[in-house]
Amino acid sequence: MATVVLDSKVDGETLGAQLWRWTNKHRKWVLASPALIFTIVMIGFPIGWTIYLSLTNAYGSVRSPFSFVGLHNYATALTDTDRFWPAVGRTFIFTGGALILELAAGMGVALLLWRPFKAQGAIRVIVLLPFVATPVAVAMMWRLILDPNIGFANEMLSWIGIGPQPWFASSFATLPTLIMVDVWEFTPMVAIVLLAGLSALPNDIDEAARIDGAGPWQRFRFVTLPLLRPVLLVAVMLRAIDALKTFDLLYTVKGPGGGSFHEAETLNIYAYTLSFQYNNFGLASAVLIIFFVIILIVLGLLAVSRRTKS
Amino acid sequence: MTVTSHRDTPNSEQRASVISKPGRSGKRAFMIFRAIMIAVVIIIFVVPLLWMLMSSFKSNVAIQDPTHPFSFTPILSNYHDVFQNDAYLKFVFNSFWIAICAVVLSLLIGTPAAYAMSRFNMQKSALVVLLARIIPGISLLVPWYYVFANLGWVGGYSVMILSHMFILIPVSLYIMMSFFDSLPIELEEAALVDGLTPIGAFARIMLPLSVPGLATAGILSFIFSWNNFMFALVLTGANTKTLPVAVFDFVSYASIDWGAIMAASIVMTIPIMIVALFAQRYIVSGLTAGATKG
Repeated sequence: MATVVLDSKVDGETLGAQLWRWTNKHRKWVLASPALIFTIVMIGFPIGWTIYLSLTNAYGSVRSPFSFVGLHNYATALTDTDRFWPAVGRTFIFTGGALILELAAGMGVALLLWRPFKAQGAIRVIVLLPFVATPVAVAMMWRLILDPNIGFANEMLSWIGIGPQPWFASSFATLPTLIMVDVWEFTPMVAIVLLAGLSALPNDIDEAARIDGAGPWQRFRFVTLPLLRPVLLVAVMLRAIDALKTFDLLYTVKGPGGGSFHEAETLNIYAYTLSFQYNNFGLASAVLIIFFVIILIVLGLLAVSRRTKS
Repeated sequence: MTVTSHRDTPNSEQRASVISKPGRSGKRAFMIFRAIMIAVVIIIFVVPLLWMLMSSFKSNVAIQDPTHPFSFTPILSNYHDVFQNDAYLKFVFNSFWIAICAVVLSLLIGTPAAYAMSRFNMQKSALVVLLARIIPGISLLVPWYYVFANLGWVGGYSVMILSHMFILIPVSLYIMMSFFDSLPIELEEAALVDGLTPIGAFARIMLPLSVPGLATAGILSFIFSWNNFMFALVLTGANTKTLPVAVFDFVSYASIDWGAIMAASIVMTIPIMIVALFAQRYIVSGLTAGATKG
């Protein structure tokens, strides 16, 4: 209230008018604060709570008593070569594999659809479908198609004389198969972002390079690709954030724990399993904090590489 | 620079045709190659979805036999099985209701914030909100569960709507910020000269102009809310289950009812497919918001 009065420079204004004037004067924060406050309330408390729990031996029911154990949970996680480090490895293999393949395939699809052609609109809608379809439905669909006994994938392979593959049934093939499904699902998104980038490129540079006698590959490598770099990095960032945290696909295919041999257990799935299967909240919180730090480091590295080379 | 000057010479057309040598036959071969590759891409993206659709009309006996995939009598019993469970219509409603409430509320909160953050270049504040997009959701679920359970909210709609708003506000903020960035500031200045207050200029001039941006943010947000699984898995009760969680009703240790699962998957995918069909332009512009500015 005091500020309202201080701000008013016109005498005899009604309270409503004063309030309106104050709102206009401070519109920057008046407009921004609901979103900021909502986010800070929804994040701030949980982060503090998670950091706190990570230093305790909270276990069992969320209401049962627990005590402070210092950095014990972090030590447990970081020395655990049975579940934790393999999960870290799988997180990076899954993310790295999916990201590289999605960028390559996305670039291919974008270049294919770049120049105008017949039925362009219809085909662009079709390309969008795998990305917009509900991930749980997509995962169920691939579970059926890739079923070693009744799936269509092995049937198709048999048409061209390739023997049946185990897909999700073998702990060795699970991770590559999951990467394949992720590539099917998210290549469209990468392609659409890159396609927008390609369409926004100035046409005359490419034209000039062509007049100077550059071949298609040279023009792509030395003209298109460098110009596309900022858009590529945006696509990498967006995909990296989501791929690191992939949950729907892994959970639907293998459930909590990532299968009998934890073959699909990434950090996200491991943290889920610790929290909601084992109710080991202390260790789960430590794993989550480490996971969050890993995500921030990856994004930081990407952001730095974006700044330095451009 | 020298390159550009070549272009401006009168005979650049001739030069171009002389140098870019691929002849008619080469160009034709390339066109055919491109058409085939586009067809291959379409097949890769569409066949699995068609397989899901086809399986939803097959009996479980027909599903077990992939050797004759196309000779089967289409049946509706899978859909009958899905909806025979009375609660399923309720789950459809839940998905819609939670998505619509979360979308409307997050646009209501996100749009003014996007305007302020774009207008006053509040990058740090924007980063705080985008943090919601980066943080692993599971680290929020345990504390949320604890608090909401104490409030007696778990199993109600409010928790689901709040948790979805948490996902959607960064999305609409990101999209709307890049939209407001693209609106010329002169419009607002003209409105101020004409005697509108700054908030009046936002509400009466900028907001009506941002309807395409709102449509983009709204549609993309709806898809993200509809498709969300992880928060729903933990925070829904028997009455507030959404469709992605409800599919698991047909999975048990003993057996998997593939027919019903495929029918349920189709039921939850169809609304999104319809949205994609009619709002493709908005989805694309939402996905690429900000990406092309670098």
